[in-house]
Amino acid sequence: MMLAIDPMQKLSFKRQISNGDLVIVYERHDIMKPVKVCEGSELQNRFGVFKHSDWIGRPFGSKVLSSKGGFVYLLAPTPELWTLALSHRTQILYIADITFVVSYLEVIPGCLVLESGTGSGSLTTSLARAVAPTGHVYTFDFHEQRATQAREDFEKTGVSSLITVGVRDIQGEGFPDEFCGRADSVFLDLPQPWLVIHSAGKMLKQDGVLCSFSPCIEQVQRSCETLTTSFTDIRTFEILLRTYEVREVNLEHGGVDDIGSPGPSLPCKRRQRSRGSTNGVEKSGSSVPMANPCGESRGYTGYLTFARLKCV
Amino acid sequence: MTETSMQIDSSSQNPRITWEGCSVLLDINDGDRLVFARLNAGSTLKIGDKKCSLQPLIDCPFGSMFQVEVGQKGPHLCRIFAADADDQTAVLQENEEIQQNERKDNRALVDDNTAQTLSFEDINAMKREGAAGRQIVDALIANSSTYMTKTAFSQEKYKLKKQKKYAPKVLLRRPFTRSISEAYFKKYPARVGFLRMDVLSLLLSVANVSAYSDVLVVDMVGGILTGAVAERLGGTGHVCNTYFGVTPYPMEIVRIFNFNNEICRRIVRFPFSDLSLPEINDPGHSEVVENTMSAEMLSNSDEAPAPSSGGLPKSEEQMIQQAEDPVNNEEPAPSIDENSASSVVNAGKSQQPGKKATKEAITSWKQNGFSSLIIAAPDLDPWTVVQELLPHLSYSAPFAIYHQYLQPLASCMHNLQTARMAIGLQISEPWLREYQVLPSRTHPCMQMSGFGGYILNGIRICNNEVSIKPSSV
Repeated sequence: MMLAIDPMQKLSFKRQISNGDLVIVYERHDIMKPVKVCEGSELQNRFGVFKHSDWIGRPFGSKVLSSKGGFVYLLAPTPELWTLALSHRTQILYIADITFVVSYLEVIPGCLVLESGTGSGSLTTSLARAVAPTGHVYTFDFHEQRATQAREDFEKTGVSSLITVGVRDIQGEGFPDEFCGRADSVFLDLPQPWLVIHSAGKMLKQDGVLCSFSPCIEQVQRSCETLTTSFTDIRTFEILLRTYEVREVNLEHGGVDDIGSPGPSLPCKRRQRSRGSTNGVEKSGSSVPMANPCGESRGYTGYLTFARLKCV
Repeated sequence: MTETSMQIDSSSQNPRITWEGCSVLLDINDGDRLVFARLNAGSTLKIGDKKCSLQPLIDCPFGSMFQVEVGQKGPHLCRIFAADADDQTAVLQENEEIQQNERKDNRALVDDNTAQTLSFEDINAMKREGAAGRQIVDALIANSSTYMTKTAFSQEKYKLKKQKKYAPKVLLRRPFTRSISEAYFKKYPARVGFLRMDVLSLLLSVANVSAYSDVLVVDMVGGILTGAVAERLGGTGHVCNTYFGVTPYPMEIVRIFNFNNEICRRIVRFPFSDLSLPEINDPGHSEVVENTMSAEMLSNSDEAPAPSSGGLPKSEEQMIQQAEDPVNNEEPAPSIDENSASSVVNAGKSQQPGKKATKEAITSWKQNGFSSLIIAAPDLDPWTVVQELLPHLSYSAPFAIYHQYLQPLASCMHNLQTARMAIGLQISEPWLREYQVLPSRTHPCMQMSGFGGYILNGIRICNNEVSIKPSSV
């Protein structure tokens, strides 16, 4: 269960893993896998064979061993871990975008949110967390099979009571009339969002917020032109996440540490790692954790355009 | 489509119409000035040289626009409707095509201050005769010799500039985490520890703030974090606001949110020493009360200027200020102050947020652990704080630490790694760029915020088993 829908199953803790739970098997920060715990099953990976029966009864967050002595961690699922671990059926939205969208759409518990398309359900899961426990997310995709897979995923992660997946060509048909004037927020991730903006405006409550995610500036341009008729406060953003690596670095003084007596330095001696050494002589050579931005990073994800329905 | 178990009675939690005693954000002239105000019968707002009652804003939908009109009763705020406000965009749209082909530019422009033939006295005379702001703007345009040589876009800019001066507009906004955070970061960043809205949002996400969770919070950013967490919990779970030493950290920003009683009740405070105290039923250990940490923090927080304290540059005070309240006329505080808040209590409306946590609640958290942890303490060393707080977190629970400096987070991350207290550790920094999107004139905005803060986040692990040497992770 990713979210607590009623107070009895509150996420509070020292929770033990039981048969049937969904766990995120953490190998490395970039290798994670969702696994349904099933007594009698095994998980096989490069660290060896893990018996599910060894996991049952352990607290979430435990380190578990394989037959060969390798290990993994078993984590409780969260929307963030799910986003990292889920199978990408489509291009998904990443954490910085998701986070910004949820806040900027002013999604809070009790809200009714419309989304199209569903895609891999990465954003949908975060929206569900934000509307819980009393709100609801209605998400639409025109792809029957994707919708089915999304439904299965939401069932698996335990958020299905907060999400309804519909099969519908929103771009062609607009949102269903039953939501007229009821939506607090609308999210569009469609190739031609300007075709749906009128419909989205009808669905929104006064002062409700719309967001459209588009990878190309031409799409943004057309959407913004269409938005001006019934929306206000139209703003377009791009958000990226810069991540940092931390490692211990030992910077040498290159023989200039003894001011006034420049002489040959002893680099070999200084290079020895002396972590935690407070010895006055060695101090200049001790290593310090330092951070620098990761070399490889995502340079672009897409444009996020927000707008607020005008008050009549 | 079936309506599963969904009862959208959000009216109490997510109101879209103002009421008497309601807290609002007033956006004057498209973000030029942002004012947090409480709509009481007697509250007023000074716009330019005119003092207007806020009474007409009561019982209006959020998102409504108002304009200052001068009538027999003196200046007052008058609601304008989308239809009226619309025509200017329509004009701009019409001009669009012409403009694409026109070849106007500024080659003939000479900046010698003679373009406007209407004098200051002329304008004042118009005002005395009771001309509406719009009429003055029209007169200015008619008397500008350069207006017609401007491009449509430039004409629009000119008009907007004059409109702001002679016909100021007031936009009624809902005080949400988004708007409050943006307003503070824009006008008053020091009070929220330079925590930008997107960074705040990221803290909430990576810490998995969700319904029914008990979120341990160290909020030394004026209460914006406490408020944001409470907004996400929507009256479930708890915002567990802890502090080092004996004095709770100020959280006056929480009062700007329109939280109902249930949400306020869920915001509780307690000193960290309450958590580190041994069980009450174990009197033998009760001597070990103040650990060194708390003592250290105590002195630290005493020295550090509280983010809420006064002594701000005058200009900042003017930009975000409280609308004048009859209760508190002398000193316009930069936010809604105790006075106006308690006047609401008198009206039998709200419960004060930030009550002391009960002993039972603290005992339960000590036994079960918190479901997540967020630290936003720009003046404290993250490692010192997190090594005290992390043990109170449930296993597998996420945590997030905000800091405006990278180095302390780097050391903290290194120590957490070395001590094998957490996994999934990452330091990140969001980069946010806004765009101007206009026909044939789309480009990134000229001004951007270059920095909104760093976040270190991770997941607490259970390390009961340390049998073998690590071969991975």
